[in-house]
Amino acid sequence: MLLAISSTTGMQQIMLEALKQTVYMVFLATILSVIGLIPAVILTLTAPDGLRPHKIIYEILSFIVNVFRSFPFIILLVILIPFTRLLVGKAIGTTASIVPLTVSAIPFIARVFESALRETNPGVIEAARSFGASDFQIIVRVYFKESVPRLINGIVLLIISLIGYSAMAGTVGGGGIGDIAIRYGYQQYNTEYLIVCSVILIIFVQLIQMIGNGLYKKLS
Amino acid sequence: MIKIENVKKSFGELEVLKEISLTINDGEIYGIIGRSGAGKSTLLRCINGLEDYNGGTITVDDQLVNVKDKKSIKEIRRNMGMIFQGFNLLERLTVYENVALPLRFWGLKTNTPEAKEKILNLIRLVGLEEKANAKPRELSGGQKQRVAIARSLVLDPQYLLCDEATSALDPEITKEILSIIQRINKKLGLTVVIVTHQMEVVKQVCERVAYLSNGQMLVEGKPEEVFIKPAEQEIKSFLKEDSTKLPEEGVNVQVFFNGKGSSATEPVISKMARELEVDFNIIWGKLEDFRHNVYGSLVMNIAEKDKDAILTYLTDKNVDWEVIS
Repeated sequence: MLLAISSTTGMQQIMLEALKQTVYMVFLATILSVIGLIPAVILTLTAPDGLRPHKIIYEILSFIVNVFRSFPFIILLVILIPFTRLLVGKAIGTTASIVPLTVSAIPFIARVFESALRETNPGVIEAARSFGASDFQIIVRVYFKESVPRLINGIVLLIISLIGYSAMAGTVGGGGIGDIAIRYGYQQYNTEYLIVCSVILIIFVQLIQMIGNGLYKKLS
Repeated sequence: MIKIENVKKSFGELEVLKEISLTINDGEIYGIIGRSGAGKSTLLRCINGLEDYNGGTITVDDQLVNVKDKKSIKEIRRNMGMIFQGFNLLERLTVYENVALPLRFWGLKTNTPEAKEKILNLIRLVGLEEKANAKPRELSGGQKQRVAIARSLVLDPQYLLCDEATSALDPEITKEILSIIQRINKKLGLTVVIVTHQMEVVKQVCERVAYLSNGQMLVEGKPEEVFIKPAEQEIKSFLKEDSTKLPEEGVNVQVFFNGKGSSATEPVISKMARELEVDFNIIWGKLEDFRHNVYGSLVMNIAEKDKDAILTYLTDKNVDWEVIS
């Protein structure tokens, strides 16, 4: 391994492998976090300005979301080890690290989507009601339809923060660019690795943000 | 026919509607006017169940408006188009898609040739055929309200509810929108309920009007009856007419031209001057266009000695008058 580090082709291989792992973890966690839609919709519906205001449901769900969001990711990672083992059969490795990433992404999506949906012009919702739309139709055809650009913004936000979290996934053998930066770059004082990893991450984040902005513009 | 009987509504402690009763006949353009906070919009929202009410009854074509009965309220809403002050179009849909949207809510096909024809016809009716594929943000306020009108008609309603629909528009555009509303009232026989705080709206299109103040109905009647010679101080101050400075000498007589008596058919004032051989000063006057009829009032300052002759003459001619000080 040490030999490989000194050679550029070795570095390339390591980086390529790490990049694959990062992309794999981040995108799978992002896709799985779609579950967050359910609490997002419930929060939107039961909010004081929602279609079915319900203080108790809203407050309880809101509290749960806050609890999960307040865990530092590294702690969540450790706490979830038994759960991860139950789900994927093992607690370490790239696939295993998707579990804590997803668990942290769900409340994130719930909150970000809630605020995106609730930004929908209440007048438009009233208009839909005045034409006899059902609550379900209003959610699909008004809330979601009108919020698409904001939802995309939320997903971009999620992807970028998951890229950051995925660095910590190295603790459970998740791998990825961030992990390389910590282990090779920081812990082994290998500045070259630190710089390369940082540059890759910067480009990666920029790219995601650019795609997101482009989509936002196109869809709004 | 919309029948509102003793309708009450409160938000917590605050009573916003106090025992309101009125009837809106088929085919008429009915105005509900008053200052902001008078309860006008709330009353309008009670008609199609966007708001619930706490007492009394509202019926639309003998069907009770009951928010808890989801099915019947849906049917009532289908029969009532609504337009709003803020237009309330979906920003991400084109003009065409916005107009088509209510059809989707009712599970009706929007891609059949008939449906397409219908949607395009409505867009044509409001004069926006060139903008059919534009998004709302490319449109002006007046154009947005036209789209909203087309959308409100797509389910073939018998009623059109207008909630301050022209309040965000400048006077010229307001006139355009009102003439579209008038046109569809005539062409499609729609019953129109207009909530507004703008006198111009009432004057231009409303056949009957109710004046609301603090959740109560002060008067109801033809606009020319309600507003040319208002008895209520509140309405006078709404019309800002109580600040006129009058001469202190002689007698000030206000003559009303409200479609009643001889003032409707002959030049009463000049005839009076000639027949009685009296002189007077006209010190204040206001003539307004009510649905293309000119109504108004003027104040004459007459000599004390001519008072009896003039007032008798006016009474004989059946003209409304009032001595004011």
